[in-house]
Amino acid sequence: MQPFTTLTAVAAPLPVANVDTDKIIPARFLKTIKRTGLGVHLFDTLRYRDGEERPEFVLNREPYRHAEILIAHENFGCGSSREHAPWALLDFGIRCVIAPDFADIFHNNCFKNGILPVRLPRAVCDQLIEDAQLGGNARLTVDLARQVVVRPNGEEIGFDIDPFRKHLLLNGLDDIGQTLQRAERIDAWEAAKRAEQSWLPPVKVA
Amino acid sequence: MSGTKPRTLFDKIWDSHVVDRMEDGTCVLYIDRHLVHEVTSPQAFEGLRLAGRRVRRPDATIAVVDHNVPTDDRRSGIKEEESRIQVETLERNVAEFGVPYFPLLSPQQGIVHIIGPEQGISLPGMTIVCGDSHTSTHGAVGALAFGIGTSEVEHVLATQTLLQKPAKNMRVAVEGRPGPGITAKDIVLAIIGRIGTAGGTGHVIEYTGEAIRGLDMAGRMTVCNMTIEAGARAGLVAPDDTTFDYIKGRPFAPAGEAFERAVAYWRTLPADPGAQYDREVTLQAADIPPMVTWGTNPEAVLPITGRVPDPQAVADEAAQAQMRRMLDYMGLTPGQKLAEIPVDVVFIGSCTNGRIEDIRAAAAIVRGRRVAPGVRALVVPGSGVVKQQAEAEGLDRVLTEAGFEWREAGCSMCLGMNPDKLTPGQRCASTSNRNFEGRQGPGGRTHLLSPAMAAAAAVTGHLADVRELA
Ligand code: SF4
Repeated sequence: MQPFTTLTAVAAPLPVANVDTDKIIPARFLKTIKRTGLGVHLFDTLRYRDGEERPEFVLNREPYRHAEILIAHENFGCGSSREHAPWALLDFGIRCVIAPDFADIFHNNCFKNGILPVRLPRAVCDQLIEDAQLGGNARLTVDLARQVVVRPNGEEIGFDIDPFRKHLLLNGLDDIGQTLQRAERIDAWEAAKRAEQSWLPPVKVA
Repeated sequence: MSGTKPRTLFDKIWDSHVVDRMEDGTCVLYIDRHLVHEVTSPQAFEGLRLAGRRVRRPDATIAVVDHNVPTDDRRSGIKEEESRIQVETLERNVAEFGVPYFPLLSPQQGIVHIIGPEQGISLPGMTIVCGDSHTSTHGAVGALAFGIGTSEVEHVLATQTLLQKPAKNMRVAVEGRPGPGITAKDIVLAIIGRIGTAGGTGHVIEYTGEAIRGLDMAGRMTVCNMTIEAGARAGLVAPDDTTFDYIKGRPFAPAGEAFERAVAYWRTLPADPGAQYDREVTLQAADIPPMVTWGTNPEAVLPITGRVPDPQAVADEAAQAQMRRMLDYMGLTPGQKLAEIPVDVVFIGSCTNGRIEDIRAAAAIVRGRRVAPGVRALVVPGSGVVKQQAEAEGLDRVLTEAGFEWREAGCSMCLGMNPDKLTPGQRCASTSNRNFEGRQGPGGRTHLLSPAMAAAAAVTGHLADVRELA
């Protein structure tokens, strides 16, 4: 996983609440067996009409075609558990999503892919959206180590993040490797549980 | 761990699965059952392969195909190439990693959330995960069951654990008895209408109250299934005799003396008296009428007796704009009576309402009636077992004679991934769980409702109050 340290980039304003995962990546694009290549279908129904780009959609306009940050309203990423949603964002180039709050599974999935979800109050999001609407010179900086978002005028806004997740993200560490360091504990725990719940049959098909 | 503090059902399941706890409170949580399907697993198995890892507990894992599969003439194979590749990839992966699998042509095949409880694989007190948000369904047996992403699927395959922080406790009590014709679907839609699509974020919801106790297991599964539409991580119903009677004799459940020992343990799971919840919401069952959604998220829901709402009545500008967009997408006019909205398609099925009880409820309304002219109506059993049972009861004939299509088990028209899709502009009365834009096919318009209400829409040709047909 690519580490996330600091990012200075164009931010795309998407002032919409309840952006669901079907909007981020519709089900018909979930047939892939790969993680990459979904960027062209990101926000497919909002982005295209009859195969043509809709000029009014933010990611079809300059400079937002090159956005690496997305700012939205409440409950971003609600709906399905599909990790194709963060994969599509990442493949497009988005490394950070800022919103008042996120759906739980989507929030989890971001961290596994090196995307930083930042929770900030609605009023702050609206302010950042106004900044973003100024266009290409109005870049935002997101500094994970210091836990701040820096506005184009230099004002710094702090955000909260789980220390463990911050550590993994800053260092680009893979969860599985972390957990496997505890393999012995898992073995012991599992053995005790099996003894205690000896009534539980294994899943086995003929 | 237990101490003296009274604990909720969630607390007990959580505490009994913590393998390790880090300084910041993140836990290594042991997972008892892992359900796998073709859409969210290929990249996870690929990850294992690349890292040279194996599946730690194949005997705690079960795989099935459901999302992509056609629901007719499947003996001739899957025509759509990408879908076929996904199914074949799963088949190769389960063979390579030794994971138990219900193949497409086996009667045990079905929607992953139908087959877990049906086969007795999902049991009380367990932690259960699947790369699918509606894993919350299994909470109906009194298990902590939640959806995960593909990276987490890989994590569970490799380690049989997940890294998680505990959720907050929320209690939703539905008191009293529901009126005639009111089903679990109406109850859960009313709950979502009350708390909103983000109302449960960060929480696990335990459902209590006389109306929940009075539901059969199918109804409890419907309620827990849609918990995710209220933003909660999982839904739970405390296990009781209804639960134990349901589990007894299921193929993968403990049997004989082992069953008795299991029940003794399961009886210790319900919340201790005085256990505290971070949030509590109470609804009166008697106040809940048959519900139907009018917009493009599940909180946009109203009683069938109501009218399409007017955005001008809403003060908040952003909310007003969202409402206009919803009405525009749905092709509805403010003030229009919900019970007069014509439908093109009726879909009865999905992990929300694809069980035998749901098909019985639909057949009871349809018996002696016919599908209205111009309406396409489908019934898609949630599993091969449900299909066989319905056929043994003659329900398939009641439905087909009335003009319904009777199909093979799968997710079908719940989402636009297999051949069963809406065409742009088509309006569907659907027993599924999501009415997002394009969910049932690009441009499709979805109204969520109960199986009985869907049957009523099929025979009248429009959304209708089932109480007038009963
Ligand atoms: S029936 Fe629908 S909600 Fe359920 S698992 Fe299938 S696609 Fe998901």
